[in-house]
Order: sequence, then C-alpha cells, then structure tokens
Amino acid sequence: MTATTTSARSELSELGRSETALRTFLHGLPGVDQVGAEQRAAQLGTRSIKTTAKAQAIDLAIRMVDLTTLEGADTPGKVRALAAKALRPDPADPSCPHVGAVCVYPAMVPYVAEVLRGSAVHLASVATAFPSGQAPLEIKLADTRAAVAAGADEIDMVINRGAFLAGRYKEVYDEIVATKEASGDAHLKVILETGELATYDNVRRASWLAMLAGGDFIKTSTGKVPIAATMPVSLVMLEAVRDFREATGRQVGVKPAGGIKTTKDAIKYLVMVNETVGPDWLDPDWFRFGASSLLNDLLMQRTKLTTGTYSGPDYFTLD
Amino acid sequence: MFEYAPAPESRSVVDLKPSYGLFIDGTFVDPTDGGSFKSINPASEEVLAEVAEAGAQDVERAVRAARRAYDKVWGPMPGRERAKYLYRIARLIQERSRELAVLESLDNGKPIRESRDVDLPLVAAHFFYYAGWADKLEHAGFGANPQPIGVAAQVIPWNFPLLMLAWKIAPALAAGNTVVLKPAETTPLTALLFAEICQQADLPAGVVNILTGAGDTGRALVEHPGVDKVAFTGSTDVGRAIARSVAGTRKRLTLELGGKAANIVFDDAPIDQAVEGIVNGIFFNQGHVCCAGSRLLVQENVADRVLESLKRRMAQLRVGDPLDKNTDVGAINSAAQLERIRELSDAGSAEGAERWSPPCDLPDRGFWFAPTIFTGVTQAHRIAREEIFGPVLSVLTFRTPAEAVEKANNTPYGLSAGIWTDKGSRILWMADRLRAGVVWANTFNKFDPTSPFGGYKESGYGREGGRHGLEGYLNV
Repeated sequence: MTATTTSARSELSELGRSETALRTFLHGLPGVDQVGAEQRAAQLGTRSIKTTAKAQAIDLAIRMVDLTTLEGADTPGKVRALAAKALRPDPADPSCPHVGAVCVYPAMVPYVAEVLRGSAVHLASVATAFPSGQAPLEIKLADTRAAVAAGADEIDMVINRGAFLAGRYKEVYDEIVATKEASGDAHLKVILETGELATYDNVRRASWLAMLAGGDFIKTSTGKVPIAATMPVSLVMLEAVRDFREATGRQVGVKPAGGIKTTKDAIKYLVMVNETVGPDWLDPDWFRFGASSLLNDLLMQRTKLTTGTYSGPDYFTLD
Repeated sequence: MFEYAPAPESRSVVDLKPSYGLFIDGTFVDPTDGGSFKSINPASEEVLAEVAEAGAQDVERAVRAARRAYDKVWGPMPGRERAKYLYRIARLIQERSRELAVLESLDNGKPIRESRDVDLPLVAAHFFYYAGWADKLEHAGFGANPQPIGVAAQVIPWNFPLLMLAWKIAPALAAGNTVVLKPAETTPLTALLFAEICQQADLPAGVVNILTGAGDTGRALVEHPGVDKVAFTGSTDVGRAIARSVAGTRKRLTLELGGKAANIVFDDAPIDQAVEGIVNGIFFNQGHVCCAGSRLLVQENVADRVLESLKRRMAQLRVGDPLDKNTDVGAINSAAQLERIRELSDAGSAEGAERWSPPCDLPDRGFWFAPTIFTGVTQAHRIAREEIFGPVLSVLTFRTPAEAVEKANNTPYGLSAGIWTDKGSRILWMADRLRAGVVWANTFNKFDPTSPFGGYKESGYGREGGRHGLEGYLNV
C-alpha cells in the first residue's frame, strides 16, 4: 500500500464520526447517469463467450455460487441436501468444482455446518432480521452472534434502508460497524437492497457507506423484494469497489443476488466483472452469485459442453 | 484471466460474386468503357470483388434512366404507393440484415458488433421512418402539395456505407425523387447488395441507380446537366469543389462535411458514463465518424481523474478481426486513410503533445491503428484543428464554462458537440452557445431517423433526418 492510500484510508475512516462528514462525502461522489449506466451494462451483455471461454466461465461461476435457500418452509433435511449438493454439484462428474458457499437462515446453520465441516465450502447465514431489517439493533446483533456461534463463517446482513433513504447515514454506518464487530472473524456481506434504493446515485452512496463501515462484501439484494440484482446496479457497485480500492488499498467483494437464473446471465456478469474491475475480482473470494436455480442451469450447460448433448432437467437434483 | 475465445460471425451468410456491374435502370450492366477496380477487405487486404468503374457515358445512361423513371413512374405515383415500396425495402433490409452486416464489416473493416447493432438497425429505421412520410408530405410544414425536385445525384462516403445510402435514398424516394447514387470506391459492396434488394422489392426500374467508381465518376455525376439535386457527404475539400461546380446552375445542394467536435466534460459530470461517452465518441467506428468527439475538453480540476479512468477503459478495448463478435475497434478503412492518420499523429508528437496508446497487438496484415490519445494538446496543434478521421483523441483542458465554449467553437467546423454535466441549466446554457448542428448532453453519437443531423460553418449545410430531412428533396 502506498503512503497516499494509507493516509486516504485513515482520512476516510474518520468520516464515520460525524453525520455531516459522511453526508458531505457521500453526496460528493460523482453522480451516475442512468441512461449511460444502463447502456454500458447492456453493451457488456452482448459479448459472445464461446467454447473454451464458456467452459472456463461456467466452472468459475459454479465456484462463485452462494447456493441459497431462504424460505419459511426450509427443513433440516432440505438444507442438508443443499449442503451435499454444494460439495458435489454434479455427482456424475468429479471434475465439477464445488460451489462457493451455502446460504441459509440462522436456524438452519447447525445442520449445514455438520455437512460442510472440513470442506472448503463456506457457510453463509443471513442475519440482522433478514430480509426487512425491521428489528431493534440488539436483536439484529444477537441474530448475528447466534449465526456465527452456530458455525457460519459469512454473515449476510441487511442495511437499514429506512434510515438510509431518510438521510440518517450515520445510523446505517453505526449498525454496519456494530454488525461487523458482532460477526467476529466471519466475513460480512452488506445487503444494500438496491431494489428499494430507487436511484443509481443511492446505490453508489450505499456501496461506499457499507465499505467505509467495514463491509467485506457488498451485495445487491435479499431476493425478497420485486426488483433484485440487475446488471446496471451491479455495474455501479463494481465501479464503487474499484474506486474504493484505488482510494484505500482495501479490496471489497461484490455479490449480486436474486434473479440470476441462467448460465447466459451469469456469464454476462463475469464479463462485466472482467471488463470493469479486472481479473482480481474473478475469484470466489471476491465475487459471488446469490442464487438457487442458477446452479442447475450451469450444470446443464457444463454437461452439454463436456458431452455434446443436453440432458433433461431430471438428470439434475432439485432442491 | 478470463480470455474470450474467438467468436467469429460466419462469412458464409454472404454470397459474394467475383464481379459486379453498374446498377442502371433496374438491371446490372457492364460499364460502357469497361473499366473496373477491386474492393478489398481492409482487415486482410484480400480482394473481395471486382467492381465496375462508371465513366461519363454510364453517368449519362443512369441519369437518363432516373429521369425517365421520374417522369413516367415515380413522380406521378401517389405517395401511399411509394410508401409501400419503401416499407418493403425496409422489411427486406431487416430480413437480410445479418448478410448486410457481415458484408459491411468485410468491406469497411468496422466491427460486426457495430454493423449488427448500430448500422443495420438504423438503416432499416430510416427506410421505415421515411416510408411513413411518403403519403403525408403536405403535413411536413412545407406548404400544401409539396413537389419533388427531380433527379438526385448522391455521393456518399466510406465510413457508414449503407447507413449513408439510407440517409440519402430514403428521404429522396419518399419525397418522389429518383436517384443516382455513387458509393465510395473503397466500400461499394453493400450498395450493390442494396441494388439487389431493390430488384427483390420490385422497385420500378430507374428509380434507384447505383454507379460505382472513384472521384472522376462522382465528378461526372454531380456535374451532369440532367441532375436537379446534389447531395454529398464527405470531406470539406471535396464539398467545396462540388459547391463550386454547381454554383450558377439550377441544382439544389446539401453538404454534410467534416467535423472536429468538442466533447466537453465538466467537474460535476458522471465520470464513469462520461468516460464511456468519450470512448464511444472517438473510438466508435475507428473514429471514422464526421461527428466524432475528437477533441476532449475536460475541466482542469477533474482532468487527471478523467484521464486515468479513460486510460483504464481504453486498455479494455479489443482491437482486431472485425468479424469477431467481441471486437470493439476494427480495421482502418484504407491504406490512404491509415497514412493520413499516421501523418497527423506524428505531427502531434512532433509538435510536443504527449502520445499514449494501451498495449495492444495489431494484426500483421491489413490496416490498423491502435486507439490513441494525445494529452497536453493546445488549440494551435494540428491535431486539435484538423480532422484526423481515425481513433485519435486530442485532450485539452479548460477552467471556466466560457472558456469551454470559446475553445469548442474555435474551429472552422461545426457538426457536433457533447456536454457532460449533472447540471441541467448548464447543458442549456452551453447548447445555446455551441456553434454545432448537433449537441449531445450526457451521451454521444446517438442517432435516430426522426432527428435532423447537419452542420454549421464548414461542416456543410442542409439537414438529413427527421421532417427537416425532407426539405432537401422537396421543391420548397
């Protein structure tokens, strides 16, 4: 790290001390032109990824999947099955890589932990009164501690959107700092719920706010509101992590979640990562897909590439 | 690293003949004097086809055919009938767009991504748009029952061969004129495929005539006494010569000439999108764009930041095979153009500007020039004054909005300009003061058939596109 980034980093770490400083900083970030951002995202979506590049992208995408189930109907049996799938997504092909992580509610963490123990697959748990975040702070922090204690090594928290939209940035900041502390050694992913932030300017500000407060990852969505991850939103977030690393030397990961269902979609995201932030982020440590049905499509395309024939959906496990 | 495997568009969708005649009076004919030239693929220097070179007698034949069609068929035809032909042509262009896009990329060197996603959709859109005007001319604002002019001689450039053809032919035909069109000598092939489409559409013979050839053919065409209207898109020098040659005749003239557009970035601009706009402004179509944003004027307090982002973005540009779907920057259209770009770039270095290009491997064969920017450029440098017509950007800085306007307008050209700022009032303030026919705000190189396009000062006169584009083809 250079001297300038060190001093920039310490300057930026001061921002959280005052509401005014935070506001001044966040509102001083360059704006995002909606039309331009959407146009750029659409353009990146026209890249043609074929043959060897496609095979490489599919395996990378599989390794980046946070295999997720976040339903009231989740059972210990279901999440165990999901964890087993995470370890060996394609039982017929041992060369198929494992996914990045399994993502479940805190109550399901112990069952998943049993299956994943000793493996390289991470265990993520949503916390902080996911998905709404509408609970007192102490309860959100207790939720977080419980998930970590049960074995989660990644925490997906939600920001307080009400406070953010009302301009109470320090409140949001302090909550993230507190959750980071409650997470201990677990990696903290900060869910911005971009579908509720309404503008790309807000997405950029929320991204910076989450990074300034110590988030290890910024994540688009809970998947529980109508608008989940989109290419332009992810583009703005990627630009934010790129600029943040430039300013501070610290690298932050990005996780689009919700609505990414096909291999084609996933590859578009990888192209966007590649051309916006570069190969440093093309790694499961720095980029994840929050998804459930995506994995099966990736597996089907993978099988098509290796065997030359499409197998029907019955050949892949449903979860 | 995530390397994109080659993703070439198939060449086999185009059925190229070894040689092409002239398209006169509805059929392909041999030239009277038998001259011909070769059209090559600028990305490989491979010969694509042998094309006829029209002489004075061929021009005579074509103009006579166009006159006959005007007097007997197209002029008297009701607008709603003309519209049917134009709609049919538009639909055929859409149906055959893949073929046309591949051929355009082969002959011109532009990336297939652009010919597929920009050129061809706009070509079809132009025909659809003007087809709609054909039976509504009395509502175009040029008086009741406006009449066509007659036979139009149209000479188009090589940078957007089919799109410039559409800009010329669609309004001319909609208004009831017949045309003789000369495509550029380096890019005649899509115009010849368009001639086949005219046949396929059963367009009456002589309404569209295509004469291939070089400067002499063009001169013979615009100087022909049987021509009522001349429309030219190309360099300012040739435009001047044409204006001289039609002076004192009855011929109407519209000219769309060169440019040296300023792309102006203020300190409150959305930086990431502005960088995209700068890249699109100068590297779109290898910078072979008359309205290219070839002068970047950036406010000094964000200059470093913008340039850093720009360089990082330029490093992502993929230069190479135009038929690869992932190529961003294709081949320079001709050896002569490459020579001009090199000469001006060398002058930029010699005059003290600092040159930068991202590392990129250029193919061994064909005509290539890496995306290039010059920093430390002043108004006095040749690269800030002359149209380079290549992927070369000159970067200047400014301090105040007034200085930006002064620098932007300090050029004999006036085709286009771009403004990047979050402040709406500043966009309007600037647009009022910029002497340019098109002003883009927080975007660049946006085209639409409904929007008029044309220049101030030495960038030409007359407008193409929109309702205004009809004026040049009506007797008003």
